[in-house]
Amino acid sequence: MRKIFDFHGGIHPPENKRQSQQGGIRDAGIPPELVLPLSQHIGAPAKPTVAVGDRVLKGQMIAEANGFVSVPVHAPTSGTVSAIEDRLIAHPSGLPAPCIVIASDGLDEWTELAGISDYRQLPKADLLNRIREAGIAGMGGAGFPTAVKLSTRPGSQVATLIINGTECEPYITADDILMRERPGRIVEGVKILQHLLAPGETLIGIEDNKPEAIAALRAATAGSNIEIVVFPTKYPSGGEKQLIEILTGKQVPSGGLPLDIGVICQNVGSVAAIADAVLLGQPLISRITTVTGEAVREPGNFSVLLGTPMNYLLARAGFQPDRNRRLVMGGPMMGFTVADAGVPIVKTSNCLLAPSEAELPSPPPAQACIRCGMCEQACPASLLPQQMFWFAQAREFEKLEQHKLFDCIECGACSWACPSNIPLVQYYRASKAEILQLRREHEKSEQARLRFEARQERIERDEAEKVAKRAARKLAAEKRAQEAATGGGETDPIQAAIDRARAKKAAQQAGDAADTNPRDKLEKAVTSTRQRLETASAKLAQAEAEGSDLVAALQTGVDKTRARLEAAEQALRDFTAAAEEAPLQETPVDPAAAAIARAIAARASEAALDPAEKSRKQLAALEQRLEKTRARLAASQGAGEEQKIIDALESSVSLLEEKVSAAKQQLNNPEGV
Amino acid sequence: MALMRVTSPHAHGPMSTSRVMQNVLLATIPGIIALSHFFGYGTLVNLAWACIVALACETLALALRRRPIGFYLKDCSALVTATLLAIALPPYAPWWLIAVGIACAILLAKHLYGGLGYNPFNPAMAAYVILLISFPVQMTAWAPPRGLEQLPGLMASLQACFTPGAYDGVTMATPLDLMKQNNSLLIADLYAQTPQFGRWAGLGWEWVNLAFLAGGAWLLYKRIFSWHAPVAMLASLSLFAAVFYDGGSSASGGSPLFHLLSGATMFGAFFIVTDPVTSAVSVRGRLVYGAMIGALVYIIRVRGNYPDAVAFAVLIMNFAAPFIDNYTQPRTYGHQSGGSEK
Ligand code: SF4
Ligand code: SF4
Repeated sequence: MRKIFDFHGGIHPPENKRQSQQGGIRDAGIPPELVLPLSQHIGAPAKPTVAVGDRVLKGQMIAEANGFVSVPVHAPTSGTVSAIEDRLIAHPSGLPAPCIVIASDGLDEWTELAGISDYRQLPKADLLNRIREAGIAGMGGAGFPTAVKLSTRPGSQVATLIINGTECEPYITADDILMRERPGRIVEGVKILQHLLAPGETLIGIEDNKPEAIAALRAATAGSNIEIVVFPTKYPSGGEKQLIEILTGKQVPSGGLPLDIGVICQNVGSVAAIADAVLLGQPLISRITTVTGEAVREPGNFSVLLGTPMNYLLARAGFQPDRNRRLVMGGPMMGFTVADAGVPIVKTSNCLLAPSEAELPSPPPAQACIRCGMCEQACPASLLPQQMFWFAQAREFEKLEQHKLFDCIECGACSWACPSNIPLVQYYRASKAEILQLRREHEKSEQARLRFEARQERIERDEAEKVAKRAARKLAAEKRAQEAATGGGETDPIQAAIDRARAKKAAQQAGDAADTNPRDKLEKAVTSTRQRLETASAKLAQAEAEGSDLVAALQTGVDKTRARLEAAEQALRDFTAAAEEAPLQETPVDPAAAAIARAIAARASEAALDPAEKSRKQLAALEQRLEKTRARLAASQGAGEEQKIIDALESSVSLLEEKVSAAKQQLNNPEGV
Repeated sequence: MALMRVTSPHAHGPMSTSRVMQNVLLATIPGIIALSHFFGYGTLVNLAWACIVALACETLALALRRRPIGFYLKDCSALVTATLLAIALPPYAPWWLIAVGIACAILLAKHLYGGLGYNPFNPAMAAYVILLISFPVQMTAWAPPRGLEQLPGLMASLQACFTPGAYDGVTMATPLDLMKQNNSLLIADLYAQTPQFGRWAGLGWEWVNLAFLAGGAWLLYKRIFSWHAPVAMLASLSLFAAVFYDGGSSASGGSPLFHLLSGATMFGAFFIVTDPVTSAVSVRGRLVYGAMIGALVYIIRVRGNYPDAVAFAVLIMNFAAPFIDNYTQPRTYGHQSGGSEK
């Protein structure tokens, strides 16, 4: 018998699972309109591949993954794309988000599917790609792209594959019913994962309040190397970190991944979807959703097409709107209320809870915290919720972080247990958001500071070089004058040699004053440019892998850096050639002085352009760049792109503005630096 | 109709603060019965008068602070404070002593600091100490237990409280006083020669303590609070008593059993040390907090000048609770060690 570990805290809320366990899986049918959010997962939203008016078939991809951490979206039934627009979706923020709307034609006509039974012949990368292309994202509630979770780094060993059949939240029975009615599917999926990951052991963890599911899976796994592990019911044992501790006794390091301790966790729903995707070639277009609560007459589990509006589904379960004041997507512990009953079911919608007021009463006003410690005894992360509440009220963010606020999994156990009805989790969420915001602002100002310092340094360096060059020029002139004086026919070869040596030394000193002699400088320029090119290319590769929108910008950066590198290398080659030539010519000219002279000449030719003319040119180029970047920024803001990108664009706009104004100033006042 | 938008969790547990307080009140019943049985109606009169004054003070404080009175009175915390102070005071205490005590507890120790949850000191114990320092005579006048003297009747008890001048009660040294004053008798002889001693500790006192123990055990069973602080306190008190017992010489401080069943030990352990507001918060913190109180109780009882030590020990540790919290942060999931890394 396997040893079961316990985790700290946890609570035993009334399970309320019986209501929805009756009647097996019911089909919710095809609603007249399906609304498919482009973002039903964690990561970049998918990119539409259809246009309004297109006819789509069931299972056809209508939006493609946009980057590495992203998954595609498929049409759940056949019909016509009637709109691509912002709609209200099931999201805690309650904000509208881009969706593809399909008017179904009722034919439910499948696109052509290509399943494979012999997936063992397939390269693992292809297998992973199938899972990804099927649009599977964690169906237990989080919605993290499954393929990403399964992409282990080469060399990392999966000791334990854990299949999560815990379903610890009250009311929800979607996984339970799946395990009871389709254990075979799950086992097939698990076998695919075993092939893919070659784990040391495979465990399916289930709470002991699901005897039928346990029996069904035991029967289905008989004779295999999949072990069913049953443990006592306690909320939140289905939390990934808690489940891992229960089954392995190990804790996922803070800020780390389960894979860091050799564990990969998958929800049973996702595993069944993997089986469908690989064996039948079916993308993820429907899921099992529990509809329950006292405001529905016939609670139960429904097989629902993704994109089905909630009110359509509720009507199927006998919804009584007059008995209901809040609709919860998810369970009573971690679910969130939706703003409108028309929002669609998505990949992560495991439950739709329509409670009556008596069932889940409106939260009463909070009383004072009496520091009773019931929250602490309930916390599965071993935090001190009452202390964090104190600090959150006082906005003592540093203390909050010291008290490990970011290890809070927002499970709600503390709020549930609090006798004073304090909405603790709400405080933690708000504080987390605020801290993250502060961190971002801090980072921004830090970057601005670094930029400023770099500019300052550059100006100082240029100044130092100028001074050094002036000194060198003066020296050379003196030397020429001396030569002229001593010259006039009979040149003393010894004296000439001494002079040369002296001049060379002086030149070198002058070079040293500028911190480098010309060759070193050129070489340095080459190496540093090369380094810059390397980092830029690496960034570009990464951005490409993630499908980031920065790819284009990075590409131009890389191209420019490459051009600069070539120029620098050319300069170095020229210089070396010249330096080698010089002694062969046996001219009395000192090579060092010659080099300096050449450098001066080059500078002069560069400066041959009227300085004002040059500045004007620069200014024009800068202004052009600024214009372009501004346009891009506006476009991305309009498209509601990721904050990261907008931030980056904003900062480059402000940088360019700075440069433009500097250039303008230079133009008006050429002497001033 | 707009749908309600609230954040998770949507479900809530069965526990409420008023229920916690009501349970605490219920749990004092066995102790109060035992006290009344052995010392007469005095405690009940204390209790009734204290509750009336407490409700009045609480209402006044809430009105002055412009808080919803009904909402806050419902949490029953004022009644708990009144009950705890009434139990701690000597029976047949004059009415003004009780009134001053309650006013100190509710107005000074509680509302001046911001009300329930914000008070750093246990209100009942803070008031007790203020009274003890201000009115040492009245505060040390303990009635003799049943069996040694005739207990006053109900009328006499009321009289003792409300017309203190007219009542001339008998008082007697408590077993803790006797134990401290004793410097010539072996403990066994002390027990045999002094009528105030019973089988294990003071006559009557041992049963009072056992009754509070029973009430406390019930609270533990109901999970109103965790066992850590009270058990740590009792354990450390016993440990100190055992170490210094030396077999019962005249200089010894009394056996562990004597200390466990004397004075306010059990009452303190289960009704004062467990006061969540003023104790340490984490499990380890509460163990430390309780153990230090136990040690202080022993030291003050044996070395100090006051009849009992629970109130002082608790107040001192109330001071220390925030520091204990700072050093006993539990190890969070996924971290190597607890404590605040600074
Ligand atoms: S459970 Fe509520 S009242 Fe008790 S300590 Fe925690 S936050 Fe305070
Ligand atoms: S919500 Fe956070 S603090 Fe509260 S019990 Fe869960 S993990 Fe602990």
